[in-house]
Amino acid sequence: MSSLLHMLPFAPIDALLVVPGVAALLLALIPQYRLGARVNMLASGITFLFALTLLVERPDPTVSFLFVDDLNVVFVVLGTFVGFTTSIFSASYIGHEIEIGRLKPGYIRFYHGMYQALSFSMNLGLTANNIGLMWVAVELATLTTVLMVGLYRTQAALEAAWKYFILGSVGIALALFGTILIYMAARPVIGEGHDAMVWTTLIANASKFSPELLNVAFVFLMLGYGTKVGLAPLHAWLPDAHAEGPTPISAVLSGLLLNVALYALLRFKMLLAANPLAVAPGPLLVTLGLVSLIFAAFMLYLRRDIKRLFAYSSIEHMGLIAFAFGMGGPLANFAGLLHMTMHSLTKSAIFFAVGQVAQVKGTQKIADIRGLTESHPTLGWSLVVGVAAIAGLPPMGIFTSEFLLVSSTFARQPLLAIPLVIGLLLAFGALIWRLTGVAFGTPSPSVVDAGRPPSMVPLIIHLALVLIAGLYLPGPLVAWFQNVARMLG
Amino acid sequence: MERFSLDAAHLLAGGMVLVSFMMLYQNRILGLLNVFAAHAVVLSLSVAWQAYVQSAPHLFVTAAIALILKAIIIPVALHHMVLRLGVHRDIETVGGIGPTMLMGIGLVALSMVVMLPAAAEADPIAREDLALALSVILLGLLIMVTRQNAISQIVGFMSLENGLVLAATGARGMPLVVEISVAFSVLVAFIVIGVFLFRIRERFDTIDTQALDDFREGRE
Repeated sequence: MSSLLHMLPFAPIDALLVVPGVAALLLALIPQYRLGARVNMLASGITFLFALTLLVERPDPTVSFLFVDDLNVVFVVLGTFVGFTTSIFSASYIGHEIEIGRLKPGYIRFYHGMYQALSFSMNLGLTANNIGLMWVAVELATLTTVLMVGLYRTQAALEAAWKYFILGSVGIALALFGTILIYMAARPVIGEGHDAMVWTTLIANASKFSPELLNVAFVFLMLGYGTKVGLAPLHAWLPDAHAEGPTPISAVLSGLLLNVALYALLRFKMLLAANPLAVAPGPLLVTLGLVSLIFAAFMLYLRRDIKRLFAYSSIEHMGLIAFAFGMGGPLANFAGLLHMTMHSLTKSAIFFAVGQVAQVKGTQKIADIRGLTESHPTLGWSLVVGVAAIAGLPPMGIFTSEFLLVSSTFARQPLLAIPLVIGLLLAFGALIWRLTGVAFGTPSPSVVDAGRPPSMVPLIIHLALVLIAGLYLPGPLVAWFQNVARMLG
Repeated sequence: MERFSLDAAHLLAGGMVLVSFMMLYQNRILGLLNVFAAHAVVLSLSVAWQAYVQSAPHLFVTAAIALILKAIIIPVALHHMVLRLGVHRDIETVGGIGPTMLMGIGLVALSMVVMLPAAAEADPIAREDLALALSVILLGLLIMVTRQNAISQIVGFMSLENGLVLAATGARGMPLVVEISVAFSVLVAFIVIGVFLFRIRERFDTIDTQALDDFREGRE
């Protein structure tokens, strides 16, 4: 295997950028829908395979702008996997959207090209060994997703894209100021030029940086990248962007893009943690996380649009993850990593299901969707399983991570555990309440569906993985996550 | 000479803060655009001065981008757009000039209080530049918050971005500054195009864009 990798003209890590980059250009030239969808799947699949090779083979960090360590390889593998399965879902979903005339065939080249451009920018953001490059990648990811959210060109879609654009731009502007401050803190120690922005040198010298500058920088980075994570009170773009864009993009937003911003936040948290005099970043993250959790849990009760409902659920879960990493320590970090993985898989699976539900029922209004398990048994029951998983019912993987998080919080900070549990229970109640209405009872009328039913494979794979993780976590994976949890401190 | 280069840098950066204040109380869009163009001119002078003082010729590229794109092309384009959409006579409620100015002063004081001690170890030219840049950024945010009109919000965002460029060029030897300013220009260009599409939709409702869509389909 590894000798085979050496025969390639480029390193596997470069392939993470080269494959989507070339595919984006190629797809921009393919107007036929079927061919484009296949190339899109193929490119995403190849990217995922190359990401897998990073588990066994690491490039030398000193020779490249890119680097791989135990932390970001988790994000890369998860991200490219969700990107691959979403491209399979997207093939059948977008085909149907074209049939019913919601999407103009002329936008196909644009859509597929942007899909790969997004994959490119996310891989770049996750593997960049330079905080400036990472920022550029996050900006690129924002731009591509803004364009995708506005894809349907309806009034609502354009408004959602606009709101996302303005809030996202302010967020990344603040993140850039934070990045500049980190450079200013590093310059007296490391010296001028590129080295003072290279991640591996930054973390090695962080203990000698000026703590005051680091503190101020972290506030800006947290507000900036926190906007992209969707933490309350900076979340306003997220529900609109999820609800108005095409469903594969909602899946990618929740499953991938939020994680990329979270990754950036974690990197800077590690930088602060490496400096003993700087303020502890944990409490800030814990506060933002709890606020997001409780706020989103209440908002779940008021939603009338099914995609918006699950967008708020994403805010809730990103809050939980931020809380876990803010608590820190081996157990909470482990719970945070596991929760992030499970949330990505489950939430994208739910969006796969919700996209089909909206297609067969012809609406996104929760009140108009009833009795799914009766009218569409496979789809309805998958949605039930997915929502049960995201609400935190055993034996699914999210139950495991939430249980770990709650028990470790009780052991260390019992007072913080109270709002945590209240938030979890509130969200649980809202989701189950909404689910019973949508899944059971007398079926509401369906759209007469002439087209081929979309592929259920990605949905089932995701839910199966979440179920397996809930029943049994393989030993090597546990050891890996424990190692990363120690790295995060 | 050392002293003079410092003073000149501070003068230009301080000038940007002043122009930001002027933007705060403009209640007509065309006036706001003119002041923004002035803001970009001061930025470009400031960046050019930094390029000269730090003997970093690549910063002249950033200065040129600021001058050509932000002081000329974008204001002119927005000017045309405003006239075409017929919104140039609209008067925006800025929410009371007095309170807004007081908030602006508060934000400048805040950025001084936060940045000057934090950056105490940095060299003086960078230290005060950072504080002034943060003031420009916060004032840009204030402009965005106090306006409802999409074009005024963009102008606020662009002035915020000018503050970022000021900060980035003040950080001696920072790599990727030119690349980042180009990336930001792309962003701004997208915003302007976005506004154009968005306003068309808002002003003429569905008729006009429907025509656009039909045209597009006809070409397929």
